Amino acid sequence: MSKVEFNKENGPREVFCGLTSIVWLHRRMPDAFFLVVGSRTCAHLIQSAAGVMIFAEPRFGTAILEEKDLAGLADAHEELDRVVNDLIARRPEIKTLFLVGSCPSEVIKLDLATVAEKLNKRFLGQVRFVNYSGSGIETTFTQGEDGALKALIPLMDSSDEEKLLLVGTLSNNVEDRFKKIFRNLGISNIESFPPRQSTELPKIGKNTKVLLTQPYLSDTVRDLKHRGCEIISAPFPLGIEGSTEWFIAAAKAFKISELKVHEIISPLINRAKLALESHKEILKGKRLFLLPESQLEISLARFLHNECEMDLIEVGTPYLNKDLMKEEINLLPDNTKIVEGQHVEKQLDRVRESNPDLVVCGMGLANPLEAEGISTKWSIEMVFSPIHGIDQAADLAGLFSRPLKRNQILTSKTLVTH
Amino acid sequence: MELTLWTYEGPPHVGAMRIASSMKDIHYVLHAPQGDTYADLLFTMIERRGQRPPVTYTTFQARDLGGDTAELVKKNIKEAVERFKPKTLLVGESCTAELIQDQPGALAKGMGFDMPIVNLELPAYSKKENWGASETFYQLIRTLLKEKVSFSEKISPLRWKEFGRRPKVNILGPSLLGFRCRDDVIEIQRILSEQGIDTNVVAPLGASPDDIERLIDAEINICLYPEIAEASCEWLKRNFGMQYTSTIPIGIKNTIEFINEVHKKLDLPLTNKKELENKSKLPWYSKSVDSNYLTGKRVFIFGDGTHAIAAAKIAKEELGFEVVGLGTYSREMARQVRATAKDLNVEALITNNYLEVEDAMKKAAPELVLGTQMERHSAKRLGIPCSVISTPMHVQDVPARYSPQMGWEGANVIFDDWVHPLMMGLEEHLIDMFKHDFEFVDGHQSHLGHTATNTKEFLNSDEKKEKNSKEGIIWTESGRAELIKVPFFVRGKVKTNTEKYAILRGIPEISDETLYDAKAYFS
Repeated sequence: MSKVEFNKENGPREVFCGLTSIVWLHRRMPDAFFLVVGSRTCAHLIQSAAGVMIFAEPRFGTAILEEKDLAGLADAHEELDRVVNDLIARRPEIKTLFLVGSCPSEVIKLDLATVAEKLNKRFLGQVRFVNYSGSGIETTFTQGEDGALKALIPLMDSSDEEKLLLVGTLSNNVEDRFKKIFRNLGISNIESFPPRQSTELPKIGKNTKVLLTQPYLSDTVRDLKHRGCEIISAPFPLGIEGSTEWFIAAAKAFKISELKVHEIISPLINRAKLALESHKEILKGKRLFLLPESQLEISLARFLHNECEMDLIEVGTPYLNKDLMKEEINLLPDNTKIVEGQHVEKQLDRVRESNPDLVVCGMGLANPLEAEGISTKWSIEMVFSPIHGIDQAADLAGLFSRPLKRNQILTSKTLVTH
Repeated sequence: MELTLWTYEGPPHVGAMRIASSMKDIHYVLHAPQGDTYADLLFTMIERRGQRPPVTYTTFQARDLGGDTAELVKKNIKEAVERFKPKTLLVGESCTAELIQDQPGALAKGMGFDMPIVNLELPAYSKKENWGASETFYQLIRTLLKEKVSFSEKISPLRWKEFGRRPKVNILGPSLLGFRCRDDVIEIQRILSEQGIDTNVVAPLGASPDDIERLIDAEINICLYPEIAEASCEWLKRNFGMQYTSTIPIGIKNTIEFINEVHKKLDLPLTNKKELENKSKLPWYSKSVDSNYLTGKRVFIFGDGTHAIAAAKIAKEELGFEVVGLGTYSREMARQVRATAKDLNVEALITNNYLEVEDAMKKAAPELVLGTQMERHSAKRLGIPCSVISTPMHVQDVPARYSPQMGWEGANVIFDDWVHPLMMGLEEHLIDMFKHDFEFVDGHQSHLGHTATNTKEFLNSDEKKEKNSKEGIIWTESGRAELIKVPFFVRGKVKTNTEKYAILRGIPEISDETLYDAKAYFS
């Protein structure tokens, strides 16, 4: 492990809660509905983060707790029952219904597991009910996906068939690219979790080799291990380096030689390096400060330093699983400062003191920092854009070079006014 | 428990944030978990604010719940006061903290600070955003002015005469995330100034706690947005005798009425009454021949109480539209909206469910929708032109240009914004004239984009087949041929009416003659 400096910080935060992950999860599984059991705040959060007004009827909603539900728990369970019945009558095409716990439902200890169990019996063969918590008192942003996937694992049948299981939501086109490359490598049995249809869950067992596509899936990984799956240790497929190592690790697990991997992916690498050049020109030597939010920060820091030659001031992360991030941390330059957790005020003091060229942060902070003259990139874009894989390396770099390039355009005088 | 897919209003603490963020020298410590920080983006992204909202979130986590969350609250209050040095501190809780009952307001008051502390109790499980904003504004004013109540004589609206100066008024209610508040304030101040009236304080937008303490230097209050300011105006009236206006100056008639009301309250003679008619272009634009085509346009209105009521009046009295639907999501304004709806002979729709609004819209078959951003989307799906008149805010509702809703310029903006989505009058006339020419192709109406139904689709649509089979009505060849000749923008209406007529008369087959019979029957 490289000599990385680990710090922990506590205090007021500026991050999304796990409910936000519903925004990409519901798109991944078009036959699933996400019902948050929570407050008007929860409903307002998801619609604000997602900008949902474009949908006629979104596949997520909130059962909003009211005064009368808080008076007695028996009532709340009955009320939830009624809401679910109405919902299923209205949306008969729904195959899986996620009951998603929130801060208020956790605090009043609403037992969603029991509710889900009862509903599973009643709607047997029609709709499956799964529960997990996306509450902000337990989860940050991407951890919501971890909870949702973990909740699906008990529904997955066992199989000893040898397979490669890609775990973590990917955009469909990136997933297709990855599968094609793996097939070219000679791995033919590849499945994804979460799948594109909630009912088509992969079977798992002792010959399932799990390759993570996202770094925020600690609980899911633990439960997959319990089911006998082998977890392939690798950095994450962001950038050329991460993706290459990721392919090599998978190949190794299937006893495919590294030479073969290079043979297949070297044209991709050459192409990607070429595409990366123009972004690198802009990013090289620029100083980067990453605020915590998506847990992608460490992988992004590694990519932006190693491949785009940016200097790292501070790498924030809401949560650090050193075991899962081992391979990534190994690739970081010496003396990288990692800060787990947040005290947003103190962190912003450090941002201002260190005078960075670019800050990766949440949407609440971006414009205020821009107004202070600091260029920013909002982190939520990282979870909505296809950024994984060798072919996307330049696009990923583009997310960071664009604000700098724009700044350059707006501050330069290239046209003479006559 | 209420199933909500989308909500017009946020929770009440977001209302409190609107007040805090609108003002200067105020800080709001909110006992809340980390996820509630999403609300910052409403201000920084939608309003494009270059400052963070002045809010500290205590960020309690599950592991804190067994321990001492009260200590966490105190720690955050202490840090926030030291760092931001506010002149007034707001302390409150969001939905989850309300359940733990740490009473952060009481904790703050026990910490020995010199500054005034406003303890906000905003019931998150029964109230919503606008109520929260109103309550926060009221509690803030009450906290800062309550000590002056006993010393103060009732404020006479006529005292400016004794003082030998121009009359002074406060403008109350404008806030961030309120519809076009930024520009309304400028417009109203300009109008008042022209009439020889000075603005004492605008609040909450741009005001500091010091300004709040100066409120009683004015003679009367202008209650610009009752959703936010009425409770405060009422308190100032009860305790200081300050009168307040009730007319909302949106539209020409209401702007003139507003100016009259202000003059009457101040006993200030109105000298330029005749001029007022010509201050805005709306009356002439509405009278000019091109606007003839606006007559009787069917319009469906939904929004917050204030803007919906104002829109109904303008639509009917100033543009000559027919209001075919009126509703609001503001339960606090339900009574007033119902009264207006009754005058217009329509049933008021009071709901927070946008799908109900969309259904009502469909049934009313309007030619123009005036609504929120959500109604804009619903109308788009139905192929009906729409203009946005109310919150919830969208980044498009914060235009770069000066774009008020109130006063003279507001009326100009409204004329353009409502009429442009409809087809230009002459354009419509020309299309009608040339619709049989071969160059004329249906579906080329730019204002409807791709959603306009073209003739072919219309006649072959499943909807029609289904309807026919369901009600046993058949369109004959001649009936169809005649229907195609009807201009596309009224074709849906003609079709429905003809079918209605056919059912009514028990006619099984619709011919060209049935179409004309129906037309005569419904005209």
